[in-house]
Amino acid sequence: MAPVATPFFFYLFAAIMLLGGILVITRKNPVHSALALIVTLLAQASVYLMLYAPFVAGVQIILYAGGIMVLFLFVIMLVSIDRSIRERQFNSQWVVGLIAAVALGGLFISVYMKGMSVFPEHALSVIENDNTQNVASMLYGQYMFPFEIASLLLLVAIIGAVVMAKKRI
Amino acid sequence: MTEIIQYIQSYLGSDQTPGVAGNMFWALVYIMLVFAGLSVAVIAMNWLERKILAHMQVRLGPMRVGPHGLLQPIADAIKLLLKEDIMPAEADGFVFWVAPFIVVLAAFTVFVVVPFGPTHAITDMNIGILFMLGVSSLSVLGIVMAGWASNSHYPLIGALRSSAQMVSYEVAMGLAVVSAVLMTSLNAEGTGTLSMIGIVQAQQAQGEWFIFKFFPLGLIAFFIFAVAMVAETNRAPFDLAEAESELTAGFHTEYSGFRWSLFFLAEYSAMIAVSSIAVTLWLGGWLRPFPNLLHNATWDLVFSLFPGVTFLLFAAMCFYNAVRMPKHPLFRIQTIGLAGFGAVLGLIGLLLFVPAVSLRVQDVFWFAAKVAGFMYLYIWYRGTFPRYRFDQLMQMGWKVLLPMGLGVLILTASVALLQQRIWHP
Repeated sequence: MAPVATPFFFYLFAAIMLLGGILVITRKNPVHSALALIVTLLAQASVYLMLYAPFVAGVQIILYAGGIMVLFLFVIMLVSIDRSIRERQFNSQWVVGLIAAVALGGLFISVYMKGMSVFPEHALSVIENDNTQNVASMLYGQYMFPFEIASLLLLVAIIGAVVMAKKRI
Repeated sequence: MTEIIQYIQSYLGSDQTPGVAGNMFWALVYIMLVFAGLSVAVIAMNWLERKILAHMQVRLGPMRVGPHGLLQPIADAIKLLLKEDIMPAEADGFVFWVAPFIVVLAAFTVFVVVPFGPTHAITDMNIGILFMLGVSSLSVLGIVMAGWASNSHYPLIGALRSSAQMVSYEVAMGLAVVSAVLMTSLNAEGTGTLSMIGIVQAQQAQGEWFIFKFFPLGLIAFFIFAVAMVAETNRAPFDLAEAESELTAGFHTEYSGFRWSLFFLAEYSAMIAVSSIAVTLWLGGWLRPFPNLLHNATWDLVFSLFPGVTFLLFAAMCFYNAVRMPKHPLFRIQTIGLAGFGAVLGLIGLLLFVPAVSLRVQDVFWFAAKVAGFMYLYIWYRGTFPRYRFDQLMQMGWKVLLPMGLGVLILTASVALLQQRIWHP
């Protein structure tokens, strides 16, 4: 089905993402921050859907919103909330913050000014109906080696976690 | 005005789901139909569970409200709505409020892609099964939030218990699903599909339900899924979430009234959702039994009579029990009510004999009948198996089902490769 009201939904999800991101850093209660992060991730999944990438959107929901964030919440909920609420939330390092903000802002402005030439406008040629199949044939064909290297990295991380968690193996 | 009518009519005769065709009106109609059907199914399931469980334990079950307790679910719903809504004093208000909604939303949203028929689904997605698993895994969040927000020890521990259970069994479930998805790729092009409608069509094209594919590999994968889905929905014998007799009822201990009923609603609709995944992946979705062996016109006619006959049988049951009602004047209203209910069911049954109706409804009927079989199994498990201990549950998930799932996946892939390379080069 052809997308409907694309600009409206893009701005809606972008606004939700920004709002969620701001809430993540401003909430004092870490559980509320984690929930705001989930909202951000779900809005991001919606933007992926609008970019004709349903597979990426689905994986985003399963892995981030359904998997990693649940583990985050597990850990946060077992931490004493009262103490973390009383802690100081922001490091006031004005100079570094200002430099970073100016650099990022400059990047955004330059992209906005020269955007048409850097990212030429053209319609997406990937059809939504083949998205999963395309991702699969790329991962297991063209990019087989990097994919396997990445999975080896994950395996190392798993073994490391087991070694650290278990006293006697 | 004519444009609107044209827009509505333009979908009729289409061979796509309304979501794929992009027709908002019919998509909305389908959404409302699915929502209404699901609500009725949850109500019926509530009554059936109490009744069947009672009969398994040689009791009568609900008998007072309506004939044979038929109005009991409505009485229960009224009771739950009128109950006082309590929020613990130190609870986190917003999270406590939003948690039941997340669970209900996750349980209902998955029905967007459930294929009740080749065109009878709200929409068909390229990532159908992934979407179902992903969105239903979001209900874990709601459970964790509910347990934490109650600001009490029992719900917190209960939430950790049931979410640990759900997260562990999701792994075995995912492996079983992957081995079924792998089977969809056994065609000339060699490309599989994740779309729910595509999976059923693959079974149709291969002339075999995936439960019988590569016997016994499909059966083992189905078995793993069937066990994992019971654990996933926190039902007996894995119902540690609500083991009120030995562990205080889990994450919803502090919930009451309407909020609690939302958890109840979500649990039952999640049961229906995972059953429909199992039906779609292994039991041929909307396909009627033996579509390939018995496929001439006579058998088509015979199988098209099934929906009507089923409803007539229900009606006959109602009439039989209406006749058997005590003849005392106090039971007169109940007898009339039961006979009236039977008459409604009989009329529906007669309507289903009209060829134009039965042609459109029989997909939905076969799908619903298969899901109903799973629902009966759920009740049967609850009446039969004693509850697992938590360490046994974890052992079962990680040490039995997960290795089995991996083994089945590897074997399925090898057999499929062998079949494609050697037997049919």
